[in-house]
Amino acid sequence: MTTFTNIPKRIEDALEQRSAGTSRRDFLKTSGVFVVSFGAAAVSPALPFGVVAQGEATAGPYPEPDFRELDTWIAIHENNTATFFVGKTDCGQGTGTAFRQMMSDELDIAYDDTSVIMGSTDVTPDQGGSGGSDAIQRDGWPMRRVAAEARRVLLELACKRFGLPVEDVEQLNVSDAVITLKSDPSKKLTYAELIDGKQFHVTLTGDNVNETTGTAAVKPVQELRNVGQSLERYDIPPKVDGSLTWAVDVKLPGMVHARNVRPPVVGAKLIGIDESSVKDLPGFIRVVSKGNYVAVVCEREEQAIDASRKLKVDWQKPAAAPFPTSDELYAYMRSATPMSSWDPDVVGDPEAALESAATVVEAEYDFPFQGHTAFGPAHALADPSDGQMTIYSNDMKSYGMRRGVAEFLGMPNDQVRVVWMEGPQAYGRSAADDAGFEAAFLAKEIGRPVRVQWMRDEETAWDTKGPPYTFTLRGGLDGEGNVVAFDYKAQSVDYNHVGYNEAETVLIAQLIGTRKETPSAGRATTPTDLYAIPNRRVTGKVVRLPAIWETPLRTGNLRDPNGPQVTFASESFIDELAAAAHADPIAFRLKLLTASTDDDSGFKRARSIAVIRAAADAYGWDTRVSPKPRDAETILTGRGMAYAYRSQTVVAEIAEVEVNRETGHVWVKRLVCAHDCGLVINPEALRGTIEGGMLHSLSRALHEEVRFDTERVTSVDWRSHPSLTHADTPAAIDVVLVNGDPNPDRPDLPPYGAGEAVCKPLIAAVANAIYDATGVRLRRVPFRDERVLAQLKAAGV
Amino acid sequence: MSNVTLNVNGTTHTVDIDPSTRLLYVLRNDLGLRGPRFGCGLGQCGACTVIIDGVATRSCVTPTSRVKGEITTLEGLAKDGTLHPVQQAWIDEQVPQCGFCQNGQIMTAKALLDRNPNPTDAEIREGMARALCRCMTYYRIQAAVKRAAGGSSAADAKSGGKVVGS
Repeated sequence: MTTFTNIPKRIEDALEQRSAGTSRRDFLKTSGVFVVSFGAAAVSPALPFGVVAQGEATAGPYPEPDFRELDTWIAIHENNTATFFVGKTDCGQGTGTAFRQMMSDELDIAYDDTSVIMGSTDVTPDQGGSGGSDAIQRDGWPMRRVAAEARRVLLELACKRFGLPVEDVEQLNVSDAVITLKSDPSKKLTYAELIDGKQFHVTLTGDNVNETTGTAAVKPVQELRNVGQSLERYDIPPKVDGSLTWAVDVKLPGMVHARNVRPPVVGAKLIGIDESSVKDLPGFIRVVSKGNYVAVVCEREEQAIDASRKLKVDWQKPAAAPFPTSDELYAYMRSATPMSSWDPDVVGDPEAALESAATVVEAEYDFPFQGHTAFGPAHALADPSDGQMTIYSNDMKSYGMRRGVAEFLGMPNDQVRVVWMEGPQAYGRSAADDAGFEAAFLAKEIGRPVRVQWMRDEETAWDTKGPPYTFTLRGGLDGEGNVVAFDYKAQSVDYNHVGYNEAETVLIAQLIGTRKETPSAGRATTPTDLYAIPNRRVTGKVVRLPAIWETPLRTGNLRDPNGPQVTFASESFIDELAAAAHADPIAFRLKLLTASTDDDSGFKRARSIAVIRAAADAYGWDTRVSPKPRDAETILTGRGMAYAYRSQTVVAEIAEVEVNRETGHVWVKRLVCAHDCGLVINPEALRGTIEGGMLHSLSRALHEEVRFDTERVTSVDWRSHPSLTHADTPAAIDVVLVNGDPNPDRPDLPPYGAGEAVCKPLIAAVANAIYDATGVRLRRVPFRDERVLAQLKAAGV
Repeated sequence: MSNVTLNVNGTTHTVDIDPSTRLLYVLRNDLGLRGPRFGCGLGQCGACTVIIDGVATRSCVTPTSRVKGEITTLEGLAKDGTLHPVQQAWIDEQVPQCGFCQNGQIMTAKALLDRNPNPTDAEIREGMARALCRCMTYYRIQAAVKRAAGGSSAADAKSGGKVVGS
């Protein structure tokens, strides 16, 4: 039996006391390690949140909890509190708080008397972890339904105890986990008394976890009390006082440290390792290598870092360069033969319309590889004790990692478990979590718990990347400035896309040589606006760089995958059309959304119009043509807007910029976002998510570009791959939640995915604002000072 | 290996290590602290920040042998069970998202306010500039620094939303 060396005894005792006597006692005792989060009033106010606690560790196996059992989702404790078990992870947007808000409302229990456990594969049902901004939109529904079902079952139990037929449930009141007789409120039963230390033993139905349901209906939105309130996030205090145990913090007896040694040149083949270069270093345990994968294992962390740098490895360079330089990338992409393409999506006759248009506008846009660039590098700790494999990880898709690692190691699924813990978020990076696979591989080799952590240069160079794009757009205007044709062509580099913790695409599988044979088709996606344009063609193609595998230029899902790229091009181009039509950019867009068509997008357009108008009102938009007449000042100011639609969420963003014509420096002084994601669960947490998402996109707009020569990625740290800083931060950010704050004005709308939508339009809004200020159109991201200055000078600004 | 004595959060510890070991690894792996974290190992991001004799210091590039003064980590800011005003401001403004960088933000802000109790907006931007955040919570961090300094909070004006419960 292993124990955590850094968990104070009193915490373990408190946890044991907490689980003792509860209906989940047996379950928790056999579940081994789990992550617990506490509501303020749950059991012990002195207990820190998020400790990794241990019941009685077992030798496994660790079967998946059955989502069709109510007890999998909810436990009622002896002190009349409840714990919710959900198969999601929180990337830092406060979804855990939102789950508690929704489930406590449906269960009719005080929010403070609840806690939630997320994402650990042996104690929570597999809802896939996080991704796609669907935590509330999709996964919130089964959570609400099971909580409603638990309430129904408890009311039924109360009927029996009160001697009422079940049909007379209307004679009962329920509030804050206490059920009373309406006719005699002195007659009370608590949920804890009804459960009486047992379990629900209620079977649910549903073909898959998303459809999980009992027979109870969820409440109408008007009856939800916590939903719509800006409750403080429970995860913030322990992140601020230093008490949270993160995945990077877990320590096990006998644990050792590993560091990877990557090929110095992309595509290099391992020829030999001179182990004598490190074998006398203090703490050295072993060099592990297979194929082109190499790692050094030492007793202490700093020893592993030192040894990994001193290890002499003989590599053979590949015969051909793996890729063009980052400066040559776009020319290469434009001349490359596509490896996959899709039939164009065509409305009307765009060629004929362009032919007869009064004005034709053409533009090309370029978007670079951008990294996930996690603030803390990839890391995991794998414990091979008792012939099982337990991985402590911040993997946002922990369930996928469990399956992937089991397949990679050739172990049964139920001998692998992943304990999800908080970590640095990189918005998609940890969905393809290389370090978990590496730690498990090394732990199996060494036979001791192994902790792997990547170094900064490794993470920045070798992490997954958002794909680069080139775009070619053409648009036609008639004599009145109406858009009569829109022709959009996109090309991306996305064939070596890394899937969700796939055993056949993670980096170690590529380096070892156990990867799949055929690269993926990839994607080159198309715009999501709802402009009514009578003749329209959109199409995408994927092109390939010479190196397909074992390359750091491998793509993965980066926050709103492809959205910022595509919307940068499409919403910049709409602005170019507006300028050609001598129209105000917002009036121009509203006209395109108002134009009558016979398709079924009317409701979406109506919501789009409302959101764009809300942004314009909040900003104080003055209707005029861009660019603004320039004065002689050094600092030029301007404003630009862009809009996008994603998973039923509508977003309009306005950027106000200052451009220094002597240095080329761009400061986005103010941002406005109008946002409609349907039902809002926690307005304040949503505002934080919107602010962060916009600033992440601002970082991508101003700074981020993965640079490489023909042999290696040269972006290796925060100097060679700069990111947004405090100095770049806008002086004001205004967020307008169009669908009500704090309570919904539109109860007919369900909640939609709120987060990633805000990443889509921001880069175009900034480009449009720079155009407004300077008359110069930036068609290549990022807008670094030197590039902006060069364009200003070329244009004589 | 040799014995090195460190004064951390008011307690003296003696550890048997290679004295050139970077302070970060000793704090995390020998003393079990969780506030300072590895972000870059290059002194560029701030995740590992501790305060040594009042100066915000990047522990990932600081050899342990060179540390003579009193070390304060995130865990040492609260006194007698009461959070430091900077920490409280971080909660009041609901600053963190993933929170991994916030050790660096809070420790940098604490040292900044000790040095300059009433910084201007420009001084906050300048003083915090080298503490990075990839969730981009900068706007709320700056509001929290102002709140901790006793000024009005930008977020109050901005959100207008009530914050209740816990």
